[in-house]
Amino acid sequence: MRTGAQRRPLFGQFLAVTLAAGTLVACGGGSSSPSSSATTDPKAPVTLTVATFNEFGYDELIKEYMAANPNVKVEHKKAATANEARDNLNTRLAAGSGLSDIEAVEVDWLAELKQYPDQFVDLNSDSVKGRWVEWKTAQATTTDGKLIGYGTDIGPEAICYRADLFKAAGLPSDRAEVAKALGTSWDDYFALGEQFKAKSKVPWMESAGAVYNAMVNQLPNAYEDKDGKIIAGENAEVKALYDKVLAASAKGLSAHLAQWSDDWTGSFQRDGFATMMCPSWMLGVIEGNAAKVTGWDIANTFPGGGGNWGGSFLTVPTQGKNHDAAKRLADWLTAPEQQIKAFKSKGTFPSQVQALSSADLTGTTNAFFNGAPTGQIFSERAKAVTVAPFKGPKYSGINDAMQQAIGRVDIDKTDDAASSWEKFLTAIKALG
Amino acid sequence: MASAESQGWRQKLSRLDVKLSPYIYISPFFILFAVLGLFPLAYTFWVSMHNWNLIGGQGAFVGFDNYTHVIGQEFFWRGMRNTFSIFILSGVTQTLAALALAAVLNQNIRAKTFWRMGVLLPFVIAPVAVGVIFSKMFADQSGLINGMLAWFSIDPVKWHAGVLESHVAIATMVNFRWTGYVTLIFLAAMQAIPSELYEAALLDGANRMRQFVSITIPMLRPTIIFVVITATIGGLQIFDEPRVFDQSGLGGSDRQWMTVTMYIYELGWGSQKSFGRAAAVSWILFLIIILVGVLNFWITQRISSGDSKKVEKAAATKEVAA
Repeated sequence: MRTGAQRRPLFGQFLAVTLAAGTLVACGGGSSSPSSSATTDPKAPVTLTVATFNEFGYDELIKEYMAANPNVKVEHKKAATANEARDNLNTRLAAGSGLSDIEAVEVDWLAELKQYPDQFVDLNSDSVKGRWVEWKTAQATTTDGKLIGYGTDIGPEAICYRADLFKAAGLPSDRAEVAKALGTSWDDYFALGEQFKAKSKVPWMESAGAVYNAMVNQLPNAYEDKDGKIIAGENAEVKALYDKVLAASAKGLSAHLAQWSDDWTGSFQRDGFATMMCPSWMLGVIEGNAAKVTGWDIANTFPGGGGNWGGSFLTVPTQGKNHDAAKRLADWLTAPEQQIKAFKSKGTFPSQVQALSSADLTGTTNAFFNGAPTGQIFSERAKAVTVAPFKGPKYSGINDAMQQAIGRVDIDKTDDAASSWEKFLTAIKALG
Repeated sequence: MASAESQGWRQKLSRLDVKLSPYIYISPFFILFAVLGLFPLAYTFWVSMHNWNLIGGQGAFVGFDNYTHVIGQEFFWRGMRNTFSIFILSGVTQTLAALALAAVLNQNIRAKTFWRMGVLLPFVIAPVAVGVIFSKMFADQSGLINGMLAWFSIDPVKWHAGVLESHVAIATMVNFRWTGYVTLIFLAAMQAIPSELYEAALLDGANRMRQFVSITIPMLRPTIIFVVITATIGGLQIFDEPRVFDQSGLGGSDRQWMTVTMYIYELGWGSQKSFGRAAAVSWILFLIIILVGVLNFWITQRISSGDSKKVEKAAATKEVAA
C-alpha cells in the first residue's frame, strides 16, 4: 500500500481500511439491533454519508452494500489526508452539526474523542461480540464500557532487517534464525546490535525515538494512571526506557535519523541502518524508499512482546439522524468477510480475529521482502499483542515532548540525557 | 399645495442623498471589515477569557488566567525570540536586497522585461514546492548545501539542530519568496521619481552612489514605510516556512525555530486543544505587531526625512536658478 508515500509524523499513515462484513444484519431478521425506535425499520429508504481518508478500500464494498440493500443510498466522502479529516471532525463536533453518519477515525484521535462519549453512539451489539482482537476493541472502549468505534485495520509490528548487511557482519540472515537471534527482550535486541556493530559500519537502528515508541507502547500505563493523573515524570518504567534507548544510542547503534525527514528517506538508498520497527503498513513505505535496494526481509518477532502502531475505526456520531442504519452499515463494513476484500484490494491489514486466520490473508507473500510470508507473519504478530496501553487526553502531548527529549540527545546532540530529561519535565508541566 | 409638499419631500430626499450616499458607497468595506476583522478580533478576546476546548467548546470564565499562564511558559518566550530573529534576518536582508536589485533593474539594461519578470518568478512558485526543494537543500546529512560545503572541507552545518542555523535556513526560504515582490514595488516607485532631480544632481557632480543615497532613498520614503510595515505584519506572523521545516511541525526538538504563530497552533490544535490559551497568545501577538509597526513607522520616518528636505530644497533652488 502506497499510502506510505505521504509522510506523517508520528502515526502511520493510514490505516486503512476496512472490511467487511458479513452478518448482513440489515437484511436478515436475525440479529435485531438493540436500540429501538420508529426509525429502525430496516427497509425504509435512507441516505447515509460515510467519511473516510486516504484509502480505506471501500468503493467496491459500498456498491455491493447498495446492491444488497436497494433502500439504502450511500454517499462516500474521502479526505485526501488524515489531518484534513481530523480538522473536519473536530470543527464539526464543536459546531454540533455537519458530520457524516459514519466517520472514520484514527486510533490516535480516540483519547480525546473518548472525553466526549455523548457525541458518539454506543456501538456495542451482540453481532460484533468477539469480532476483533481484544486490544483493538479496548482502544475504542470508554472507561464505562461504551464502544464508540468499530475496528477496521491495525498495524501489528515485526522487525524488518537487511539480510545482506547481517550476512556481511557474520550474523545469521535467514528470517527464522534472525528471529531467534533477536531474542525476546529489548536487551536481546540491543545486544545483537552491539554484536552487529562490532563487524559493520552501518548503524543498527534508524533512531532512538523510533525504538522508544515501540517500547513505550508495551506499558499499560506509561504517562497517566487509570484516573488520568499524569505520572510520566515519576514513572520509573518510563525513565528506564528513556535511559536504555539513549544508552544504546550512545554506544553508536543509532543512525540519528528523524523518522520521515529527508535524511531518513534518503538513507534507504545508502545503507542507512540495518533494522527497523515494522508495522504492516511500513512495508509499502520501505519498498517505496528503498526501490532497487535488495536484502530487506522480515523477522517474525518483536522484542518485549507484541506491538501495534496505528489502525482506524468507524464511528457513528450522535449528531447524525440515522443511527440504526449507520450502525448496520458500519457493522457490515467491519465484518471479517469485507475486511478481507479490502485487504485484497488495498492491503489494509484486518483487525478481525476471523480475518486473521483467513487463507486469503495468511497465504500472502511479499516479493520485495525476499518472498516473506507477510500475511502469516503479521497475523501472528497481531495475536502476540497483549497490552492495550492506556492513552488519556494528555498522552499525545506527553509523547511528543518525550520524542523531542530523545531527539535532542540522539539526533540534535544539543543536550545530554540528564539535561534533556529536565526539559522534558518542564514541557509536561506546561501541558497542565 | 400638494405639489409644494411633494417638492419639500423631494428636497429633503435629495439633501439626505447628498449627506448619506458617500457613507453608503464606502460602507461595503467597513461592513466587511466589521464582519471579517473586528468581530473575530473581539470574539478572540472573549475566547481568551475562558477555558475553551477545541471540541468541548466554551468552559468557565477565567479572566486573564490564560494570559498569565502563557506568559509564564518558556516556549512562549522561545517563540518570541525565534519570531523576531527570523523576522529580522529575513526582513532586513529582503529590504536591502530588493532595494539594490530594483536600483539595478532601473538602469538602462538589455532585456529589461525579462529580468523584471525573472525576479518575480519565485513569488509564483507554490510555497509547498519551495518547501520541498529547500528541505532537500537544507537536509543535515544528505543536503545539497552541506554536500557543497564538503567540497571545501567545511564541516556540515546542523540546519535542524542549531538555533541560528535553522533561522538562517528559514529566512532564506522567506527571502527567496518575497524579495522579487518587494523589488517590483521599489522599482515602480523609482520610476516615478522625476528625472530632473537626477539631471540636476549630475550637473552638480554627484556620482551614482550619491544620487542613490541622496535622491532615490528619500524619494522612496513612503514606499519604504509601506514595505517595512507590511513586512513587519507578515514577518511576525510567519508560519508556513518554519512549520514545514521538519516533519513534526513543532519547531524542532528544542523548539529551535518554533515561532509564535506555531505556538498558537500547537496550543489550539495540538495536544492541548486549548482555544483559550491560543486566543490569549493571538492577542498578545496582535498588540506586539501594532507596537512594532508604530515603532517602525517612527524610525523609517526619521531615517529619511532629514535628507529628503535637503533634496527638495536643492531641487527648488535649481529650478529657481534655471
